[in-house]
Amino acid sequence: MSADKKILLSVKDLKVQFSIKPQGALPWTKPLALKAVDGVSFDLYEGETLGIVGESGCGKSTLARAIIRMIPSSAGQVLWMGNEDLLTMSKSELQEKRKDIQMIFQDPLASLNPRMTIGQIIAEPLKTHYPETSKEDVVDRVKAVMKKVGLLTNQINRYPHEFSGGQCQRIGIARALILEPKLIICDEPVSALDVSIQAQVINLLVDLQKEMGLSLVFIAHDLSVVRHISTRIMVLYLGNVAEVSVANDLYDNPRHPYTQALISAVPIPDPVKERAKKVILLEGDMPSPINPPSGCVFRTRCPLADDLCAIEKPTLKSNEGGHWVSCHHAK
Amino acid sequence: MTTLSKPMAPPSPLREFWSYFSANRGALIGLYYIIFLILLIIFADVISPYHPYEQYRQSFLMPPVWEAGGSWAHILGTDDVGRDMLSRLIHGARYSMLAGAMVVTLSLIIGIVLGVLAGFYRGTFEVVIMRIADVMLAVPSLLLAIAVVAVLGPSLLNAAMAIVVVSMPHYIRLARASTISEMSKDYVISSRVAGASSFRLMFVAVLPNCMAPLIVQATLGFSNAILDMAALGFVGLGAQPPIPEWGSMLADARQFVQSAWWVVTFPGVMILTTVLAFNLMGDGLRDALDPKLKQ
Repeated sequence: MSADKKILLSVKDLKVQFSIKPQGALPWTKPLALKAVDGVSFDLYEGETLGIVGESGCGKSTLARAIIRMIPSSAGQVLWMGNEDLLTMSKSELQEKRKDIQMIFQDPLASLNPRMTIGQIIAEPLKTHYPETSKEDVVDRVKAVMKKVGLLTNQINRYPHEFSGGQCQRIGIARALILEPKLIICDEPVSALDVSIQAQVINLLVDLQKEMGLSLVFIAHDLSVVRHISTRIMVLYLGNVAEVSVANDLYDNPRHPYTQALISAVPIPDPVKERAKKVILLEGDMPSPINPPSGCVFRTRCPLADDLCAIEKPTLKSNEGGHWVSCHHAK
Repeated sequence: MTTLSKPMAPPSPLREFWSYFSANRGALIGLYYIIFLILLIIFADVISPYHPYEQYRQSFLMPPVWEAGGSWAHILGTDDVGRDMLSRLIHGARYSMLAGAMVVTLSLIIGIVLGVLAGFYRGTFEVVIMRIADVMLAVPSLLLAIAVVAVLGPSLLNAAMAIVVVSMPHYIRLARASTISEMSKDYVISSRVAGASSFRLMFVAVLPNCMAPLIVQATLGFSNAILDMAALGFVGLGAQPPIPEWGSMLADARQFVQSAWWVVTFPGVMILTTVLAFNLMGDGLRDALDPKLKQ
């Protein structure tokens, strides 16, 4: 596929487990392992956007936080620029890499320190990584980045609670951008915003990406949002990758039964087509990640499931078009 | 405010703070009273009509000037050994305020450091600190203070140390609880992603957001410290005679409650008003320091 592009981030078989004790457990009972992320691998190329979708609790945010080592991972590698493993490097090396990896959060207001003015908030990465920067330089760069994300520079001394949700998200984006990173991980950046503001923020991200050559990992549960922004899309189910493909290909020819069900649920803004559309309804809830089904994790809700699915766990396989899917029955 | 003419220019932080603080009338009254007390402390030697230790043998237990038998020589009367009440009250402000300030500063600093560390690192460190604090809270505080003074020996300074030890667990718990609740918020993670060090996370990102309950606790702690000093003075373990500390003045005069009300009432009124002033000011400080309550 994009063989000419350089790989920026390469995640290999990443696993995150939480050990939890059931309620009322005795102190000596063995804690249960909750497999939040169970062997996820993907490559991210320079300048592209990887969309990650999946329903609540499938491990999207955990994956994002594990990549930047906010949550300890139990196995796997996260290779930066092809050689350095973010998960095993020392704290001082990681500190260097943090300049290149920033994050945008779901709740825009909660991700801003209520005791700091937005000038201080946006300047924070700059001040921690380049403490020798002079005060005037800091203010200049903060103002420049505020202009870039569409904030008025005279609001520099205001506090976060004085801004609307969309503006707060712009502040979050400005903070992520001030060091001119190579990668921004967006953890559901628009789910807390209303639709018109979502469009503004997404278009801003697309524009900034073109302008600065950013790579984005874009987590969301809204499929149309993800399609709009992503180069490639990865579908997660219960901590496992179900399908990875180029955005339009995934929407037009979903190969995994889970993806097919997800996409059939997206409303089409055309009443004729909408009525003619066949909606695949999945039965039941997502199984618990403490006790996942044997074999294929999706088999309990899958219309194609048979005996093989219960025995053998499918691996991610690619067809000739670079469309990866983990399903025994995928065509 | 002159900011009206230039609406976008931000007011300086100090002026902004003052505009919120001064909107609260109770807090202003508290502040003015505390300023008045501080002036008394500084100029005690100039203002007070007599030396606080000097005894006037001709006038034991002389009533205040408006009572029958009072005289303008001793406006608030004299105590059982003929010392001028007004002078002793003015000088007593020094000891009470000093003890309160020392206790609050020390226990606040130690409590914040231990509490924030416990809330930040969790694990064994937290368990050890919190269990020690729990044990200290399980012992009646005055009893514990008496035990500490008994070990150190009775004096004003040692009594203050004892009260520091006794009041510390409250600050530790409060600081730890607010640190834990703040640590789970997204802005801490975002600070971490920005590359902030543990020290910066603890004391620049998290601590200012925990300050509101701590400020309230500190103002209450100020009054508690003054009251505890009085209690220790009462059992003879606080300020030693002839130091005119309000608490021990109150205790020394307890046998005259029936016969000479002024010897007991005036130190009590001073303690009451001082405690009230600090509580009022603490309330106003909290409102003014919390940006979420601003318009």
